[in-house]
Amino acid sequence: MSLSDKELQEIAYLARINIDKKNFPDLKAELDQILSLFNKLNLADTDNVEAMSHPLNLSQPTRKDEVTETNEREKMQGNAPLVQSGLFLVPKVIEGDN
Amino acid sequence: MNLDELTLKEQLNGLKDSSFSSVELTEVYLKRINQLDASINSYITVTEDSALEQAKESDKRYKRNEPLLLDGIPIAHKDIFCTEDVLTTCGSKMLSNFKAPYSSTVVSKFKNDGIVMLGKTNMDEFAMGSSNETSYFGPVKNPWNLEYVPGGSSGGSAACVSARLASAATATDTGGSIRQPAALCGLTGIKPTYGRVSRYGMIAFASSLDQGGVLTRTAEDAALMMNTMSGHDHRDSTSLNVEVPDYSKAIEEDISGLRIGLPKEFFEQDMPDYIRNATEDAIKVYKDLGAEFQEISFPNIGLSLPVYYVLAPAECSANLSRYDGVRYGYRCENPKNLEDLYMRTRDEGFGPEVKRRILIGTYALSAGYYDAYYLKAQKCRRLVANDFTEAFKSVDVILSPTTPGTSFKTGEKTSDPIEMYLQDIFTIPANLAGLPGISFPCGQNNNLPIGLQLVGNSLQEGKLLMAAHKFQQVTDWHKEMPNL
Repeated sequence: MSLSDKELQEIAYLARINIDKKNFPDLKAELDQILSLFNKLNLADTDNVEAMSHPLNLSQPTRKDEVTETNEREKMQGNAPLVQSGLFLVPKVIEGDN
Repeated sequence: MNLDELTLKEQLNGLKDSSFSSVELTEVYLKRINQLDASINSYITVTEDSALEQAKESDKRYKRNEPLLLDGIPIAHKDIFCTEDVLTTCGSKMLSNFKAPYSSTVVSKFKNDGIVMLGKTNMDEFAMGSSNETSYFGPVKNPWNLEYVPGGSSGGSAACVSARLASAATATDTGGSIRQPAALCGLTGIKPTYGRVSRYGMIAFASSLDQGGVLTRTAEDAALMMNTMSGHDHRDSTSLNVEVPDYSKAIEEDISGLRIGLPKEFFEQDMPDYIRNATEDAIKVYKDLGAEFQEISFPNIGLSLPVYYVLAPAECSANLSRYDGVRYGYRCENPKNLEDLYMRTRDEGFGPEVKRRILIGTYALSAGYYDAYYLKAQKCRRLVANDFTEAFKSVDVILSPTTPGTSFKTGEKTSDPIEMYLQDIFTIPANLAGLPGISFPCGQNNNLPIGLQLVGNSLQEGKLLMAAHKFQQVTDWHKEMPNL
C-alpha cells in the first residue's frame, strides 16, 4: 500500500506537524517502506487472541483521596515560553474588533 | 593503576578503605571528560561544580564512618531522566531549554545512596534510534573507533562508561536501547523486567515498553546499581510492588544445572560468521560451567519487528502530543495563530526520525486503520509473549547474540530506516513481553566488541546477572578497554 498526498496531509494535520510540500515525496517513500513492514502482521492468525496492551496483567492501584503534592505553579511555569499572572499566553483564539 | 580503570566495585572498596577519596576519584573523571569528550560527545551537560560538592559531602560521610550504599561513586544519568534544576533535554531541540522542576525516582534513589552525578548523557532524540545519530546535540562516537557509532538510544551512556568518563551510567530500553549499545561498546547492560524500575520522571517514549536500567563495566557493578535502582514506587502506577532481592548475593549463586534455551529462529537469521562463532564460543564456556542446553522454538518471532513498529510509534504519537510550545520547551517564532504555533513548533522542535514515528503512530491509530494496525499488532504482541511463556516452561534463560553485527560507521545506515530498525531484531521481543534482558561482551571483531544476550523470565534479573557474572569470572572480554 502507499500513502496519497491527501492522506499524508491529513495525518500531518492530526499530528499537528507542519510539513513542507517539497518534503512530501521523500517522506512518503520512507513511510511507505515502514508501512510495508506491517504487512507481515496479516499473515498471523489472531482469531481468539486477546489484545495485549501491556506486559503486566495488573489492575490499577488506588490510594486514599488525600492531598500529597503541593501547588508549585510558579516553579512549574518556570519553563513556559510565555506566562503572565500565572497564565500561559498563546496567540489570540477568539476573534474580536481589533 | 589509574582510578578510572577500576570497576565500580573496586572503587567502592578503595573509598571504604581510604585508598583514595571521592573528590580525587571525581576529579579524575572530570579531567578525562575535559580531555576526551570533545571527540566522543557522550555528555550533553557536565555538572562539574555540583559533582565536586557531592564528592566532598561523600568524603565527610566516609570520615564519619557513615557511608551510604554507593557513596562517592561518580556516575552519569541518561538525559531522559528528569534532574531537578538541571537541563533535561531528551536529546531534542524541543527540550533544549528545559530545566526539570523535579527529579525522577531513579535519580533521587541514586542521590539518596550517595552517588556523585557527573552529568547528563547524550542520546537519540526522545530515545528513538539505534546509533545515537538522531540527537539534536550531535552524534556520539564509539570509543573503540571514533568513526563508528556507539549504538542507541543510550549511546551517550554507553560511550561515556566505555571511555571511562563515568564509573557507570543509567539508561533506558524500549526496544534494545540498553543492550544494543552495551554490545557495540563492550559493556554490560541490563534491561530489567517491565515495572521493576520506576518510570516516574523518565520522559516517556512508548509507555508499555520503556524500562530504565544500567550500563556498567561488569555484571558485579550492574548488580550494585540494580540494588539501588529497583523497587516499588507509589508515583508510578505500573511499578511492581514486589520484594527486590539483593543482587550482589544473587550473582554468587550456583550456575550448574542452569537450563539455557537456544531459539532456533534467532540462529536462522542472517548474521556474519564472527557473530555466530563468538556465540558458539560463549555456549562452550557455559557448557564448561555446567549449564545445560536445549533448542527451543519461537514460531512468532518474525512478528516482533512489525509489532514494535506499530505499537512504539502509536504510543509515542500520544506521549509526544504534550510538546505543544505552550507549557514548556521550544516555541516557534512569531506564531500567526494557535494552530500555527502548534504546527510550526512541532515541525521545528522535532527531528526527522521523531516526526516519522509520530506520523506512523498517528496513522496506525487513525479511524479506519486502528483495527488493521494497532489492534492487530496488540494481538500479535500476545503471540510473541506466548512464545516466551512456552519457552520458560523448559528453560531458565534464553541465549542469543545481542545484535546482528558489530558497530557500523557513522552515516552508514541513516538513509534507510528499516536497515536501522533491524539492529534491534534480537532485543525487541523481550520488550514486547516485558521480560528482563542482559547483554555483555563475548568477543571482538576488527577491534570492535561483540555482545551476548540472555533473556530471563519475569523478575529473574538475579539469574541473568549471575549467569553474566559467572561468564566474566572465566573470560576477559569485559576487561578489554578502548585505546583513547
